[in-house]
Amino acid sequence: MGQPVLKDAGAGAAVVALPGKPSEVVPLPVGPAKPFLAKLAPLARGALANLLPPLITVALILLFWQLAAHGPQSSLPPPTKIWEEAKDLIVQPFYWAGSQDIGLGWRILVSLQRVAIGFSLAAVVGILLGVLVGQSVWAMRGLDPIFQVLRTVPPLAWLPLSLAAFRDSQPSAIFVIFITAIWPVIINTAVGIRNIPQDYRNVAQVLRLNQIEFFYRIMVPAAAPYIFTGLRIGVGLSWLAIVAAEMLTGGVGIGFFIWDAWNSSRLSDIIVALVYIGVVGFLLDRLVALIGHVVTRGTATN
Amino acid sequence: MSYLKIDHVDKRFQRGAATTEVLKDINLVIDKGEFVSIIGHSGCGKSTLLNIVAGLTPATTGGILLEGKEVNAPGPDRAVVFQNHSLLPWLTVYDNVALAVNKVFGGRKSKADRHDWIMHNLDLVQMAHAKDRRPGEISGGMKQRVGIARGLAMEPKILLLDEPFGALDALTRAHLQDSVMQIHAALGNTMIMITHDVDEAVLLSDRIVMMTNGPSARIGEVLDVKLVRPRRRLELVSDRTYIAAREAVLKFLYERHRFVEAA
Repeated sequence: MGQPVLKDAGAGAAVVALPGKPSEVVPLPVGPAKPFLAKLAPLARGALANLLPPLITVALILLFWQLAAHGPQSSLPPPTKIWEEAKDLIVQPFYWAGSQDIGLGWRILVSLQRVAIGFSLAAVVGILLGVLVGQSVWAMRGLDPIFQVLRTVPPLAWLPLSLAAFRDSQPSAIFVIFITAIWPVIINTAVGIRNIPQDYRNVAQVLRLNQIEFFYRIMVPAAAPYIFTGLRIGVGLSWLAIVAAEMLTGGVGIGFFIWDAWNSSRLSDIIVALVYIGVVGFLLDRLVALIGHVVTRGTATN
Repeated sequence: MSYLKIDHVDKRFQRGAATTEVLKDINLVIDKGEFVSIIGHSGCGKSTLLNIVAGLTPATTGGILLEGKEVNAPGPDRAVVFQNHSLLPWLTVYDNVALAVNKVFGGRKSKADRHDWIMHNLDLVQMAHAKDRRPGEISGGMKQRVGIARGLAMEPKILLLDEPFGALDALTRAHLQDSVMQIHAALGNTMIMITHDVDEAVLLSDRIVMMTNGPSARIGEVLDVKLVRPRRRLELVSDRTYIAAREAVLKFLYERHRFVEAA
């Protein structure tokens, strides 16, 4: 059995000359201007194919909405009325005319700042706890049931307790973000750590990597795809929670703006704020996904 | 004093009330610079034996002596080339080897020396040209070359190869076998290789250790392969010693210790 055919090749020393050098002979002469334009055309076509359908959908929704809400007895404003009433909010996100009369962009930034602090804390603590639970069977047995119970508690249910503990709205809102975003980070990190192939652990053992080296050389990169899935869910949840928390705590954020607008019956403002929140939430999700894509490059393929 | 001594090693696995004896009374002495193959049917515990030598699995009784000292934890003095290469997919070829070199020689060699040593080892396996690629971007044979380079770069006292070519196609396997023979000739490393390929065992080894079927696998026979080096595949086809050695191993595996389960 074996390789009767191969033995022919095995005779000479030439066998050793494996791929290597010769493969470098492919400097394709790329012309300067013309191929660039030629490349642009399919790109533009691709963008069009991706952008056109949602634009059409949005136009149809606006049209339907206009038709449904244009009557005088309608309880919600139609798009044209929103444009009339809240034009300043739409076209000028960053105007500043006094402490409570500011553009939605500023409010979003204030909310984003709270999310940034709460979510960063959740990410750091969540990854560390996830590593602990993923690494140690005893930690998992002890902590996992608690996590499973606590993660079902709705974000706002934490608010009264945190207000009582911190006696201030700012840290309370941040705590609510933290406690909302941390569960998916913990759980996904733990799953990622548990799924590290035994081979990588063997490599680490043979190299005698210490705990710290193992953590950042093997564990974090190997679990990175899972960790980023958790972070992505977490950032979405924190954005959900911040709006609700700010409605109750007040201050400058986008959530309080909605509550304030409701109290003074500015429905148009509320609808504009909803669009802002949706777009920012979408961008946050994409941002974390993009970072994850860059960081975990190469991890998925083995 | 022997270089590596596998001394009365038994291995039993305990699962609940049931105990399975995998290895029974394994004794083997390996000299410096020797190339030893361990061959046996699948499930006979040959990988377990290699893991015990590597320190990845503890022996139930008995132990491993390397240059007279007992070793019972993994370490870079017994580098392992894993069957599925086990390169870290987020690191480039260079960085995979560098991880090992920096860990093993971090305090002893300067940065420039370490770089030269990494490139030297990649050159040995003809992978220097792909140093900036990631494991996902190179072929199976190339990955295994890098795995070998990583093992060699630790400058181990003994290199353990766990079915290193098992997952490769026949042509690639032949290329890699030639590379390993060249490296062994040039550097004189001590190597233990697990294999289930008879031709591979005869071609590469100074001695072939044949294991009986498990449970309670033992060393059945040890065959000296008295072929002169360098060995060339083509000339060996009709070589009497080669044919005899091959026949001896085949007879052991398929006559006296036939694999009982339906494979």
